[in-house]
Amino acid sequence: MSGEKDLEQLKKEAVAKAKAAAAAKRAAKAAGTAEPRQAAEPKQATEPKQAAEPKQEAKPVELVKADEPVVPPAEAGAPVNDADDLAKKKAAAVAKAKAAAAAKRKAMGEAPAEETPAETAPEADGGADDLAKKKAAAVAKAKAAAAAKRKAMGEAPAEETPAETAPEAGGGADDLAKKKAAAVAKAKAAAAAKRKALGEAPAEETASEATSGGDADDLAKKKAAAVAKAKAAAAAKAKAKAAGAGDAVAIAAGGDDEKEKAIAAAKAKAKAAAAAKAKAAAGGKAGSAATAEATDAKPSANQPYLDKYVKVIEENLGSDVLEDSYINKLSKDVPTLVAKRDTYYKIAQFLKYNELLGFDYLSELHGTDYETYMEVYVHFYSYKNRQSVALKVKIDRGEPRLESLVPLWAGADWPECEAYDLLGIKFTGHPDLRRIFLGEDWVGYPLRKDYQPYDVEV
Amino acid sequence: MIEELLQSSPGWANFGIFFLLGAVLLLIVLGFVTYGILAERKVLGYMQLRHGPNQVGGKWGLLQTVADVLKLLLKEDIIPKAADKPLFIIAPAIAFAPSFMVLATMPFTDKFQFADIGVGLLYYIAVSGLTVFGMVLGGWASNNKYALLGGMRAAAQMISYEIPLVMSVLGVILLTGSLNLNEIVTHQEHGWFILLQPIGFIVFFIASIAELNRTPFDLPESENELVAGYHVEYSGFRWAFFMLAEYVYLFAMSALITVVFLGGWLAPFGFLDFIPGAVWFALKFSVVVFIYIWLRATLPRFRADRLMEFGWKVLLPIALANIFLTALLKSLFF
Amino acid sequence: MIRTEEMILNVGPQHPSTHGVFRLVVKIDGEIITEAKPVIGYLHRGTEKLAEDLQYTQIIPYTDRMDYLSSMTNNYILCHAVETMMGIEVPERADFLRVIAMELNRVASHLVAWGTYILDLGATSPFIYAFRDREMIINMLNELSGARLTFNYMRVGGVKWDAPEGWIEKVRDFVPYMRGQLKGFHDLVSGNEIFLDRVKGIGRYTKEDAINYSLSGPNLRCTGVKWDLRKDEPYSIYNRFEFDVPTSEEGDCLARYHLRLAEIEQSLNILEQAVAQFPGEGPILAKVPKIIKAPKGEAFVRIESPRGEIGCYIASDGKKEPYRLKFRRPSFYNLQILPKLLKGENIANMIAILGAIDIVLGEVDG
Repeated sequence: MSGEKDLEQLKKEAVAKAKAAAAAKRAAKAAGTAEPRQAAEPKQATEPKQAAEPKQEAKPVELVKADEPVVPPAEAGAPVNDADDLAKKKAAAVAKAKAAAAAKRKAMGEAPAEETPAETAPEADGGADDLAKKKAAAVAKAKAAAAAKRKAMGEAPAEETPAETAPEAGGGADDLAKKKAAAVAKAKAAAAAKRKALGEAPAEETASEATSGGDADDLAKKKAAAVAKAKAAAAAKAKAKAAGAGDAVAIAAGGDDEKEKAIAAAKAKAKAAAAAKAKAAAGGKAGSAATAEATDAKPSANQPYLDKYVKVIEENLGSDVLEDSYINKLSKDVPTLVAKRDTYYKIAQFLKYNELLGFDYLSELHGTDYETYMEVYVHFYSYKNRQSVALKVKIDRGEPRLESLVPLWAGADWPECEAYDLLGIKFTGHPDLRRIFLGEDWVGYPLRKDYQPYDVEV
Repeated sequence: MIEELLQSSPGWANFGIFFLLGAVLLLIVLGFVTYGILAERKVLGYMQLRHGPNQVGGKWGLLQTVADVLKLLLKEDIIPKAADKPLFIIAPAIAFAPSFMVLATMPFTDKFQFADIGVGLLYYIAVSGLTVFGMVLGGWASNNKYALLGGMRAAAQMISYEIPLVMSVLGVILLTGSLNLNEIVTHQEHGWFILLQPIGFIVFFIASIAELNRTPFDLPESENELVAGYHVEYSGFRWAFFMLAEYVYLFAMSALITVVFLGGWLAPFGFLDFIPGAVWFALKFSVVVFIYIWLRATLPRFRADRLMEFGWKVLLPIALANIFLTALLKSLFF
Repeated sequence: MIRTEEMILNVGPQHPSTHGVFRLVVKIDGEIITEAKPVIGYLHRGTEKLAEDLQYTQIIPYTDRMDYLSSMTNNYILCHAVETMMGIEVPERADFLRVIAMELNRVASHLVAWGTYILDLGATSPFIYAFRDREMIINMLNELSGARLTFNYMRVGGVKWDAPEGWIEKVRDFVPYMRGQLKGFHDLVSGNEIFLDRVKGIGRYTKEDAINYSLSGPNLRCTGVKWDLRKDEPYSIYNRFEFDVPTSEEGDCLARYHLRLAEIEQSLNILEQAVAQFPGEGPILAKVPKIIKAPKGEAFVRIESPRGEIGCYIASDGKKEPYRLKFRRPSFYNLQILPKLLKGENIANMIAILGAIDIVLGEVDG
């Protein structure tokens, strides 16, 4: 474990330095846009812990970095000397990358590249579930970095090994998160450096796409494969970015063996190196524009989960049971299913008992009065798969009636009573439906929008 | 003096003297109860990082209990509508009277004793057993479910623990060869029975806590389960009677332990004889009371079924074994 | 023949051990409970209805009054929900203040749970020891927020007040002190035979039951489910701290008791790290619009309160008041399993089981 720790530290240091360098470079190069960042970045370099706050909304790259300051500064070990070298290289790379990015942004007046990492960053913060994905991304990027370095310095092996071990470190979730953060930054830097002009966007974009696309099945290894291949493809034919990602998804869906990961990683590395040497910088503005589009279309790490749920449900219950399904971006990207009134119970039952879904925990159930209809919102969680899903159903407001979920989740008992008490939704099949708060003699349902308090004297 | 009075012919003067003496003893006991309660509150307070009463009657709250009693006297006497009125009224008296009666045989010093009867120990245990009637009756007459449960718990507990109580003290009786409390005390001149009968003492002490309904055996009135148990419906001075009974029993039981196991009024060593017996008695007595209070501050409450198990399956066999052991020792060495 | 009859006993709404106005109608045979039916709603104040006419900031004081033993987490869940919807990033210093306040509050809450639990079992002193230490926390939070119980401390985008001079040092000094106290608590109670007799193997349920009944917090973790939202779905800056999620396999009252004490310990670990990393300066409130309007849509977020998973659902129509506000209140969900647990137990166990679930009635009744 200590070896891995060292690696992390190296990366962290590298990143910190890179940031400083980048800031300096940008100061020299970019005029307008760069200013706010300059203010922020030297501070980060010196006080990594405080990196997070000053630039929340703004720059994607920084968002990614915001993760690492968690880690206390490293203690010096043998590898650190190496690390310093690497760090310098990386610093240079990152600096270039940022300069390039800034320049591009300036030129184009829009920042498609920003959006991509911005999307990935929240995921990075996300739960342990996401870690697998992150790891995968890290692998791929680290390799890109490795390639870049090799090219620049001709001392490939030194860097390659650490980059390789990084993903295998596998152990603590936290470690992974940190590693990933570092790796991402590094990779970006390297890739950008290589492409010099505008190449930054592609690398990032591929990674993030593959991340979101690749987890149709949640095995980290598959993702690793997908990411790696996507990256290779991206580098090779930078223009057909979206296509590359698509490939990656396809491959990811195919691959499901643990070992495949290692193989894929190795391959990817080779490819990345090759690509780097070939200077596949073709990307250009068109490429990044396509990137932005692609990421907008598939923004959430939970999208694959949603797709999976929908797929499983439709395969088993028919294609017309769901009214709608989407990712609720406001609600931490929770996959949301909208059931039809008459399929609600069936879907709920399926959500609980299907092996692939296995939502064994009812976290929340309540109703809402939308004046033209009522809605019942149920939030499930699966301790088996560590995933959430929200199930909604719209019901008639005139006579709100719905099947009770108590036979499936005993925990639905009181929440349904509450919904009955406050909204008047009758749950059929509920063992003891009563007005749990207000008492049976209360007149009216207070949470309905047209509720008028009943007063005998009026 | 009292021996003579007991043997003198009855008459009004005789009655007057007895009445007066009884009143004096009652005042002494009430004085103890007053300050016993204060002591309990103070000790509990200091053990719990509080001050206890410190407003009424100077900084030690010396008049706090007096004020409390006055308040209880002035309180409205509430009798629930559905209660069994005669029983409801009589129950506190039934609970209190035996607690006071047992004091008659208690030898506080070699001179200060009301009735030196031959079976003093038996008398104490027999009469004290009557109190439980008051509790059960009070609980039943209240027509309250908590009170009923409390009364039933009281009955079960008192009866269960009376047996180990008696059995544990049999060892002492075996060694003394008498049930007379004076003789038991004089027998301890060369060694207290707490040393000769350690097992008996421990069993007796535990059983006595149960008899007193004190923590950790305060199930009949367990506040957190039965609100207040058998006296939940009582208020004012009727309630005070139950409390009084409880504290008089504390007084009586501490005195009994002092007499039976701690050598009564005797000094621990011969050369300390110059200190009067009353002082020794008071000292030992206070230590016992303090330990009761200390336990109350420390321990959580037993569960009803475990309490019964503990009484019948643990204490009783130990007490029986103690009798056997004592008999063996006595026939071998004494 | 002796004929026995079942008796219906009304425990509460005024009862020393129901921890508030909670009523339990139990059918007893002797002292054995054959059926128990909880009756709640005595403290229902219609927070959710009231909130529909209030601006988001105005709702915060109402959240204080739900779980009044842990107002900080309640404050947080509302702010967190709004922040999630609006995409507001909270300044680092504010995040630290929030975490410190929440963890202090968690310690205070568990201390109350511990003290009152032992009190329920008949021992009076530990309760007072717990309250002494809680008092220190309350005083600290008072210095921070100006209130002792209903803090009203957090705002959308940050916190209302910065830490006063020397406050962080106070928290730092409190951590080792509290660790020593914890040891004392264990010495005083955890090994007591009578206590163990009351709680060991009592109120036991399985992992499946716990999940099925939507239990959360220590009530869930006592069955071996390693689940703590601070760890598993990190919010705020909890991913920066190293701490354990204590679990137990027993699923009985004793396990829950021990978990709460263990969680105090972990909270102290978090506090120690948070105080050490506390940023010297910085804003405590993000730049938020003067009138906070959550975007149109809905959100459900959940965090870990001392009692379990507290959640907040907001449906917004883009106005400055929520269209619908709903709190997932852990005590409300945790209490559901009670009738199942009480069946066949005696009255003394009823108190032990109810106490170990650790409810706050303000939260149960919303």
